[in-house]
Amino acid sequence: MSEPVISVRRLGKRYRLGAGGPRYKTLRDSLAQAFRPRRWMADQPSGLNEAALLWALREVSFDVSTGEVVGVIGRNGAGKSTLLKILTRITPPTEGEVELCGRVGSLLEVGTGFHPELTGRENIYLNGAVLGMLRREVQARFDEIVDFAEIERFIDTPVKHYSSGMYMRLAFAVAAHLEPEILLVDEVLAVGDTEFQKKCLGKMDAVARTGRTVLFVSHNMAAIQQLCSRGVVLEQGHLTFDGSVEAAINYYVAANRGLSTLSALDARPDRQGNGSLRFTQVRLTDDLGRPIELILSGQNTRFIFQYEAPQALAEARVNIAFNVSNSRGILLTNLNSKDAGRMLMPIGRAGQFECCWPKFNLRAGQYTCTLFCEINGVIADWIQSAFSFTVEDGDYFGTGSLIERSQGDVLVDYEWSYQLEEQA
Amino acid sequence: MTAAADRESIGKRLVIRPDLGWHLLDLRDLWRYHELVLFLMWRDISVRYKQTVLGAAWAIIQPFFTMVVFSVFFGRLAGVPSDGLPYPVWSYCALLPWQLFAFSLTEAGNSLVANQNLITKVYFPRLAIPLAATLAGLFDFAIAFIVLLVLMVYYGIKPTAAVWLLPLLLAIALAAALGAGLWCAALNVQYRDVRYALPFLAQIWLFLTPIAYPSSLVPAAWRWLYGLNPMVGVVEGFRWSLLGLGEAPVTLMLLASASSLVLLVTGVLFFERMERSFADVI
Repeated sequence: MSEPVISVRRLGKRYRLGAGGPRYKTLRDSLAQAFRPRRWMADQPSGLNEAALLWALREVSFDVSTGEVVGVIGRNGAGKSTLLKILTRITPPTEGEVELCGRVGSLLEVGTGFHPELTGRENIYLNGAVLGMLRREVQARFDEIVDFAEIERFIDTPVKHYSSGMYMRLAFAVAAHLEPEILLVDEVLAVGDTEFQKKCLGKMDAVARTGRTVLFVSHNMAAIQQLCSRGVVLEQGHLTFDGSVEAAINYYVAANRGLSTLSALDARPDRQGNGSLRFTQVRLTDDLGRPIELILSGQNTRFIFQYEAPQALAEARVNIAFNVSNSRGILLTNLNSKDAGRMLMPIGRAGQFECCWPKFNLRAGQYTCTLFCEINGVIADWIQSAFSFTVEDGDYFGTGSLIERSQGDVLVDYEWSYQLEEQA
Repeated sequence: MTAAADRESIGKRLVIRPDLGWHLLDLRDLWRYHELVLFLMWRDISVRYKQTVLGAAWAIIQPFFTMVVFSVFFGRLAGVPSDGLPYPVWSYCALLPWQLFAFSLTEAGNSLVANQNLITKVYFPRLAIPLAATLAGLFDFAIAFIVLLVLMVYYGIKPTAAVWLLPLLLAIALAAALGAGLWCAALNVQYRDVRYALPFLAQIWLFLTPIAYPSSLVPAAWRWLYGLNPMVGVVEGFRWSLLGLGEAPVTLMLLASASSLVLLVTGVLFFERMERSFADVI
């Protein structure tokens, strides 16, 4: 094992919460507290009650060796960004220490330091300097950067006249050509169009291939799976898993099971139907019956609907249905027992219907469902927007290839083949 | 791999630790980013007069018309003495370093807040920002200086042999501006009151400096206290070396050097003390 290039030792970062005091202090506020001890620092705890403090990171330790590509996985607020901010020296840790070996480059927020009044050319140099590049380094890569950003024609136009796409492309291009030994990346995949995203991923892949170290933070499991060999999971500021990227993703998905997918429906007043059956709860599980909170595309998923009924029926014609709309409110599909040819079912005083959706084929996003049940031709229960669920991109095709964003909501299992009309 | 990256990475280990209070300025780190200081300075200068009709002429208009107003109201109407020199050139000669100082102080004081997107997203020695803002004032100074030369030719005043002291006097003015600017900038991160206090501070400071009136009006018993304002020594030095006014103000210039040095050192220390918390607080 080679020397670690990143060595994180019991790292902790404490923030004061907004509730503990105004974010912007004014002199008047300070005069009011003139007789209390002065607190200059954001994170000096003296005299503060513990409730006003938040540990964004605590007791985090890990090592990264040269050439490793590590994915950092975690929910929002798990401490991923704080970790990167400490590694890039933007903010100091409260406890613990980090040892870095080599130049650190970050793609935390691309385009920082861009000035709207300056031209593309001027901003390249300025941004390069901000990111720690020397002028001659920028000079040496200038053409490459312009080429990568695809803005040759506008290089001498002030960037305030750029489209947002051009702006982001230029910004990423500068950062991508920094060539550090350690590259920290935070969700740059949300940048620009699909073509450009592919280019960015390619660039990151190339960086990783040249034996440099990459720390990659993303919500995009497919991208993490594709780029990283190792994954660490952060949960509420603690590092809870460190291992192969597949294991880390599995752990992450498992850790998020059963947190909030239970949608309680019994209290919903906004429902129609005669009440001969009432849905009480919806939950999602994987094919082994373990509750899940988010669905990875490609995963076998079960939707379980619990109900109560005032009286049991030995056999009834039951049409239970739920439809799925995307976040833009567009109806995507309807899954019902009538079309599936499964209508005759017994109804108990309480029970559950289960719908299995194999190889879940919707793309990352938030989806909302309306739930419906008809018994013997009469509407029993009907709840608009009864529940919603979150999908994250998984390895749907099983090829490790990245699912492109903005190419629709639906994934289809397909194959390609070819025929030759004429042999050469 | 780039040469620079190699140079930096060989055997170089960086350790990030919690903030341990007071520490001295890391000059090597600042030097590594000297190109950034130049770029920021160049950005401040090239952006300043963008989308204005008069452009860099503003650098002349401001001191020039202040001089006109002073000449009319203080020189002519109030009859303020001007050490036997034509009031316009006498006051303009003082306005030059004053504008440099006041402008640099204000810009430096607001610089961190104006660049918060940089501070929260990228690491570099934070000192680079107020430093660049201070030095960018030299551009306006250089332009306004031309007008002084014109005025001197017009009034037939020849500079003395002590002109070589000008760079030193400029350095004193910039050190004082940077020192005070660093205090203000670091305080401004947490207390936005500073933004409103700055123009006020500059205005008060203007009256504490012998620009519209000669320092000889100040009672001799209070001179030493008056001289603690570094701009007193700078302004008197300017008048002495450029316009050949009276005796060399040695005491005042020494006082100015000392007090601006104190301002600068304490400013840097305070700034460095606060530096690492900027990203969290701003």
